[in-house]
Amino acid sequence: MGTITINGRQVEFTNEKNVLTIIRKAGIDIPTLCYQPELSTFGACRLCTVEDDRGRFFASCSEEPRDGMVIYTNTEKLRSYRKLIVELLLASHDRDCTTCEKSGHCPLQNVAQRLGVNTVRFENYKEPQPIDDSSYAIIRNPNKCILCGNCVRACNELQSVGALDFAFRGSEATVSPAFDKKLAATKCVSCGQCRVVCDTGALTIRSHTDKVWAAINDPNTRVVCQIAPAVRVAVGEAFGLPAGQNSLYKLVAALHAMGFNRVFDTTYTADLTIMEESAEFLGRVSRGQKLPLLTSCCPAWVKFVDNEYPEFKQNVSTCRSPQGMFSAVLKEYYRSPEHNKSNKKTFVVSIMPCTAKKMEAERPNSYTYGEKDTDAVLTTTELVQMIKQFGLDFANLPEESCDMPFGMGSGGGVIFGVTGGVTEAVLRRLVQDHNPKSLEAVAASGVRGNEGIKEITVPYNGMDVKICVASGLANARKVMDAVKSGEKEYHLIEVMACPGGCVMGGGQPTRLDHKSVVNERDEGIYRTDRKMVLKKSHENPLMDFFYQNEIFKHKIHDLLHNHE
Amino acid sequence: MLDESYYRKTDEIIARYVRDARSLIPIMQDIQAEYRYLPGELLTYVAEQIGITEAKAYSVATFYENFSFEAKGKYIIKVCDGTACHVKKSIPVLQALNKKLGLSGKKHTTDDMLFTVETVSCLGACGLAPTMMVNEDVYPRMTPEAAEALIDQLKGGADA
Repeated sequence: MGTITINGRQVEFTNEKNVLTIIRKAGIDIPTLCYQPELSTFGACRLCTVEDDRGRFFASCSEEPRDGMVIYTNTEKLRSYRKLIVELLLASHDRDCTTCEKSGHCPLQNVAQRLGVNTVRFENYKEPQPIDDSSYAIIRNPNKCILCGNCVRACNELQSVGALDFAFRGSEATVSPAFDKKLAATKCVSCGQCRVVCDTGALTIRSHTDKVWAAINDPNTRVVCQIAPAVRVAVGEAFGLPAGQNSLYKLVAALHAMGFNRVFDTTYTADLTIMEESAEFLGRVSRGQKLPLLTSCCPAWVKFVDNEYPEFKQNVSTCRSPQGMFSAVLKEYYRSPEHNKSNKKTFVVSIMPCTAKKMEAERPNSYTYGEKDTDAVLTTTELVQMIKQFGLDFANLPEESCDMPFGMGSGGGVIFGVTGGVTEAVLRRLVQDHNPKSLEAVAASGVRGNEGIKEITVPYNGMDVKICVASGLANARKVMDAVKSGEKEYHLIEVMACPGGCVMGGGQPTRLDHKSVVNERDEGIYRTDRKMVLKKSHENPLMDFFYQNEIFKHKIHDLLHNHE
Repeated sequence: MLDESYYRKTDEIIARYVRDARSLIPIMQDIQAEYRYLPGELLTYVAEQIGITEAKAYSVATFYENFSFEAKGKYIIKVCDGTACHVKKSIPVLQALNKKLGLSGKKHTTDDMLFTVETVSCLGACGLAPTMMVNEDVYPRMTPEAAEALIDQLKGGADA
């Protein structure tokens, strides 16, 4: 508690952890590169340096506020100091901005522009390093790295994966996997959180945009796509719409205009997931086998279990993810001669908030009857780029609805986009009555909210069902260690690798303004759910269409489950 | 793949310390003392055993010049290139050694595993500049000629 004076103005503070936070709350966005509020404070970039009334300089991110502090954020000394820092960073940086994936939404470029750094007086003596494109999800270009350490801390602190770290020192320092291995040879789970916090084009998404355009432009190919729940509340941000606004129907219009033949909604297979996973769950509970059941929607989490807890592999649900189910169902649908009269090849594009889905699509169990289910995975970020390439005025597009027969889901499917959503949808499935109060009780059971670990106990058929919901793999590790040691027992564990769930996925658009949009995106998902008439997955009339359909009837297990 | 005996030896070394991140450096030092270098496979193994990531262990091992992932020669020659030695012409000594042994800035160890030549920042014997060390022995006031003669002498010793 107290007051500090910023540039002559008195500013009250309460429990802010550092001076930087107070400065930003006072409406002054001083630049930073290595500061990420959700990660530990690193204090490496020094851009947040301020001056006090005694002429002392300090990094405001690493300084605790004290009552009576007097600071200045824009003195002549600070201005030249900050410019020099950026100039030095740029000196050994591959400044090929015009052809850089990150151009236009690059924090380094943004800072250089804001501070007016328009010349770099130093020569780059760094030897060019090879680009690592071994991963299905992430491209690592060490020549663009400025050693801010954001990726290292995200990988270690949020995800407890630690695939990346610093290596060597001084002018030879780099960020790399151990022994400079390729990312694909590490325990990287492809979650993309490193790329979310990367200040440059050093870590970027492996792009599938070209192959999607090629498919669209091929007259012998039918291009169909599915849109994941979390995409709709993030895509609009890139076109100036408010964070969290549901832009699904504009997006459908955009995709139709761009040449996608059919546009479907992944909430449809989220509902199928609930049907299948609930049945699997109740089966395991009644047999008392392979519990806790671990959710299988998140491929980064599934990979994490493979890497770190192989003894629990049998506990992972056999259900394919909503992406996996959808692609398999679509390929099967168009294999049927009735729906493929034009005899075209079907190309399935999955539009996801997620980089790990690119890895999932390549897994051996993402093939059905010898054919690859998902042909391309576009993250929200790539989708935004494609809309811009095509030249659509997204914000002013009319609204169109998804195509049938796979264009509709329930509210239970939509909330897959947030942490706790899968669990809430399962609980809705288990609710027997039609009383709206029961759904409110489910929502209030503790499944909602952005705590990293949530525990819920719900009564069902005379027993107490114990559920744990975790997001962020570091939290998942805590849960799994407790389960492994016998300290905790659960019937169901839902894990989403990205903190906050898919709305904060590794493929979502990033921002330059240092604002967290997790609450807006969460609210966008719940608002969408509130507006829907169908709340429960099993009430989706398209479920019957699927389960009774001659095309699918005898192949349900093949299409919806992993079978290794 | 390293022979099983390396891992058994490493188990012995790990057992001397607490299984914790803070034991990484002493364990790496003991492994290097045993094998004259730090085999990468063992670093990975140690990281797993003491519960840190492989990348973190690699980060620490590459931070310190002292750790080497390459097997070193029987004679490790450290040419001091600290400020005092540098102005007293340590670089010609280094060049003479590299030329005589067919080494370079990138290749530090002779193929016969007899000699490793490296530079260090200061041996703390500036009064004797330019200084170098061969294993534990200090050689003061070096010249390119003296360095070459020393190599011949050591080679002779090795033959004998």
